[in-house]
Amino acid sequence: MFEVTTTHYLVVSFLLFAIGIFGIAARKNMITVLMSIELVLNSVNLNLIAFSYQHSNLTGQIFAVFTITVAAGEAAVGLGILIAFFRLRESTTLDGATELKG
Amino acid sequence: MEFLTAHGADLLFYLFAALAVGGALGVVTLRSPMYGALSLLVTFLAVAVLFLLRSAEFVGIVQIFVYGGGIMVLFLFVIMLVNLHRLPDLKLFHGQSPFVLALAVALLALFGYFFSHLAFGPAFARPEAFKTVQGAAVGNSQAVAWSLFTQALLPFEIASIFLLVAMIGAVVLGRRQ
Repeated sequence: MFEVTTTHYLVVSFLLFAIGIFGIAARKNMITVLMSIELVLNSVNLNLIAFSYQHSNLTGQIFAVFTITVAAGEAAVGLGILIAFFRLRESTTLDGATELKG
Repeated sequence: MEFLTAHGADLLFYLFAALAVGGALGVVTLRSPMYGALSLLVTFLAVAVLFLLRSAEFVGIVQIFVYGGGIMVLFLFVIMLVNLHRLPDLKLFHGQSPFVLALAVALLALFGYFFSHLAFGPAFARPEAFKTVQGAAVGNSQAVAWSLFTQALLPFEIASIFLLVAMIGAVVLGRRQ
């Protein structure tokens, strides 16, 4: 009963996913929101690796490598946007982004 | 001792799964982004160990290098770059956060319901599938590299173009006007 199965991995992955979604939608600080996006991407990778092992198929690992690549690009551009936003508003809270409000 | 040798990998899973979830909780609840980033680092490293336990050695090490090294340094630099001295008087969560919490719990309940009704059966457990290239026994990195450069060559090249575009975009965005 101790034995770790794919379902155990799915539970961890969904916990990370739900926590990440909560962080994205509930936190005010833009840096924390970006970190929560990384959490969500990590949970997806965990799923890919777990199912790759379940089916003894290498393709899941290849997919995970690409996900990590995209996550790195996303972090770089997201933090670039954050720096530009900070220059404009002198803060990193999302409430300041009201330029498009009518 | 026999118990440890028989169930060592499973115990490692439970330990690092708890660390990963705890670190993630720290990211969304801690006030200071600096502590949040360190908490995120704990999650990244714990998830890397979970990869290693599923015979994904290459992805595990890439996770440590790219997330624990690159992305984490990027986050720490940005946190130190932006001025956060007004942080203590700001509220942590939006007004809608109870609703979002309910949504996240509902999401978890949905997943739980779904997967309690879905049996995956035992894993095929052929770890040699991750360590062979055309029948020859090699390492996991070599198998991943072979797969990348034969089956997934076009996505691989597109990924390099993507990284170039992301780099140029980040430089342009971060430039002083």
